[in-house]
Amino acid sequence: MTAPMLEVRNLYKYFPIRQSLTDLLRRKPADYVKAVDGVSFTLERGEVLAVVGESGCGKTTIARTLIGLEEQTDGEILFHNETVGAHERRARAGLVPLESGGVGTREQQVLPRMSMKRLRQQAQMIFQDPYESLNPRATILEIVAEPLVVHGLARGREERIARVKTALEEAGLRPAEDYFLRYPHELSGGQRQRVVIASAMVLQPELLIADEPVSMLDVSIRAEILNLLRDLRQKRGVSIVFITHDLSTVAYFADRLAVMYLGRIVETGPAREVLANPQHPYTRALISVIPVPNPRQRRERVILQGETPNPIDLPTGCRFHPRCPIATAECGKIDPPWHAVSPTHQAACLRIEQGTP
Amino acid sequence: MSEALLSVRNLTTEFLLPDGKVARALEDVSFDVLPGQTVGLVGESGCGKTTTLMSVMRLLPASGRITSGRALFQGRDLLQFSEPQMRAVRWKEMAIVFQGAMNALNPVMKVGDQIREAIELHNLMDREAAEKRVGELLEMVGIQRARRDQYPHQYSGGMRQRAMIAMALACSPDLLFADEPTTALDVMIQAQVLQLLKEIQKELGLAIVMVTHDLGVVAEVCDSVVVMYGGKVAEYGTADAIYNNPQHPYTRRLLASFPDLNRPGDTLASIPGTPPRLTDLPTGCRFHPRCDVKVEACETVSPPMLETEPGHYAACHLCQGREARFS
Ligand SMILES: Nc1ncnc2c1ncn2[C@@H]1O[C@H](COP(=O)(O)OP(=O)(O)OP(=O)(O)O)[C@@H](O)[C@H]1O
Ligand SMILES: Nc1ncnc2c1ncn2[C@@H]1O[C@H](COP(=O)(O)OP(=O)(O)OP(=O)(O)O)[C@@H](O)[C@H]1O
Ligand code: SF4
Ligand code: SF4
Ligand SMILES: [Mg+2]
Ligand SMILES: [Mg+2]
Repeated sequence: MTAPMLEVRNLYKYFPIRQSLTDLLRRKPADYVKAVDGVSFTLERGEVLAVVGESGCGKTTIARTLIGLEEQTDGEILFHNETVGAHERRARAGLVPLESGGVGTREQQVLPRMSMKRLRQQAQMIFQDPYESLNPRATILEIVAEPLVVHGLARGREERIARVKTALEEAGLRPAEDYFLRYPHELSGGQRQRVVIASAMVLQPELLIADEPVSMLDVSIRAEILNLLRDLRQKRGVSIVFITHDLSTVAYFADRLAVMYLGRIVETGPAREVLANPQHPYTRALISVIPVPNPRQRRERVILQGETPNPIDLPTGCRFHPRCPIATAECGKIDPPWHAVSPTHQAACLRIEQGTP
Repeated sequence: MSEALLSVRNLTTEFLLPDGKVARALEDVSFDVLPGQTVGLVGESGCGKTTTLMSVMRLLPASGRITSGRALFQGRDLLQFSEPQMRAVRWKEMAIVFQGAMNALNPVMKVGDQIREAIELHNLMDREAAEKRVGELLEMVGIQRARRDQYPHQYSGGMRQRAMIAMALACSPDLLFADEPTTALDVMIQAQVLQLLKEIQKELGLAIVMVTHDLGVVAEVCDSVVVMYGGKVAEYGTADAIYNNPQHPYTRRLLASFPDLNRPGDTLASIPGTPPRLTDLPTGCRFHPRCDVKVEACETVSPPMLETEPGHYAACHLCQGREARFS
């Protein structure tokens, strides 16, 4: 069996909270923001995985860790069965999460390593805001050519221009020459997001990580960008991690869905199956608040009150229990294990076993 | 025969651009807001949603000018009001939650103090009474009174938006304009804010004009919908008519581009092209360069607003009906 393109095993990312001087002097143990708290998943070539959850649940942190912008606290990220350089360094520093909630040291297994540079070529990220992620003083040609220059990938000006042209046209900006000398402010929001996608695709990566790529855009443009991503995957076989808090776009092109709550995946499976037959009460609530574009179909909504709590002091037991509409006393004590709904669909909730949610 | 709280009629607004050109941001915009109802203003970025609200509130920048039309609020034409007359109405009878306002809170002032200032500015209330009102307002929008002394950065996005809503409600207005109140919020927080607006509406009998480009939000909360394109009303009717019997090709395209969980297999239909530039408006129907069902007349003749069924209006050459006459 060949290894999946991307495999994430037990990923943890804790951010230390800066302590006051008095706390330091009193040797008060450090606190951590447990942004990602034990996440595992795999991604095959050409597959689209949607990662969904409320603000602050750790989606962006996973993305940043995947492309090496953050070093994980623990866990492995394997790209074609090789770990990635920056992650290895951290492992040698030896900080791993402990049961007690702090961090300690542990032996790390040695795996083949991939250099950061190679990773950056093969995994590209698309950020949320097309207005902030483009350099306002550079032309579109310069912006899209920059990754080629940084990676020393195009020999000569001609090849560089040819590759920029291909990337822009693939992103739907045709004819590309019309855009070469324009500046970002001369483009519409949708065109800017296409430029962002072109500059991610110019290196011909195998993996695209799209962090809320459409949430800042008008509905009509949103559809355009989602269709574009879907085409890239079909024509190029590029794999996509699609991060969003909006489940309504997921069904359109995600193969699989991972629902996150407070740093953990709480339900995962084939996108259609999870949407049609959600098991975890959190997934159900998220689905129930998706606006339906028809006033005749206004439904009963499960509106969770409050917001995702701050992941510093995690609730005991099931971390969703303080907001869960069907929590029982047990839920405050037991951290729910995975329950297999089907061979490909899992959810972590105590009440599924009891057959009652 | 209008029992409307607000009747906007033939509103036309222009901006004078730095290069001397005139941009006509609104042309002939008409719609009604009934007491206690929610009206949705929808359309792509730049179609004139914010300008409509700002025209009615008489808060246009110096470069903006209302060239014709009426805005009858409880029978009085706001567009004829002097600024002192307007001040007696603005915030007290009609209030607005500005687009992006939650990022406009003063970062170095406690949230409670900012709300109190808003109350004191418009109301002749003493400090003690104003302070009591701050507590009431915070509670009404679901923020614990104890958090009045926190600063905006200690609030989440959803709480900041609630605080802005509280501020707009300070003087118990009859009409609330909410400009993209849930954009940029998480889905769950968005649902909370919409639920809050609905509850407040029921409690206070408030009418709301909700601006958004999210058709799902409109379907959830609005009684009637105004679809705008390039500064004009393309279609106007009850939410049910707009969603289940859309007449204008733009409305149909807009609806088709919205992801519907009940039809996950469909390809999303985007609307190719971009909205028109105001300084360079297309002749005829403003939508014709992007319309896939246009006929010859569309390129030269501006379609009149037709009443396609009672209370349902659309401006398209393909529609049938009698010419709309708003009372
Ligand atoms: N550099 C950092 N230092 C400390 N805490 C951080 C840092 N980056 C993120 N966090 C915290 O980690 C948690 C997860 O943040 P993250 O940005 O991954 O969430 P998200 O799911 O992407 O949310 P959103 O939908 O708002 O983008 C949050 O509580 C956040 O405040
Ligand atoms: N002060 C101004 N000077 C010149 N033009 C303006 C001014 N304010 C708005 N406009 C133009 O008027 C048109 C309508 O703008 P408006 O802000 O009303 O759009 P909107 O529908 O609210 O868009 P969005 O969804 O992006 O908020 C736009 O083309 C805009 O560029
Ligand atoms: S384990 Fe309990 S609290 Fe957690 S999701 Fe299931 S029912 Fe709710
Ligand atoms: S008037 Fe013509 S161009 Fe305009 S929407 Fe109708 S069919 Fe399309
Ligand atoms: Mg994020
Ligand atoms: Mg606006």
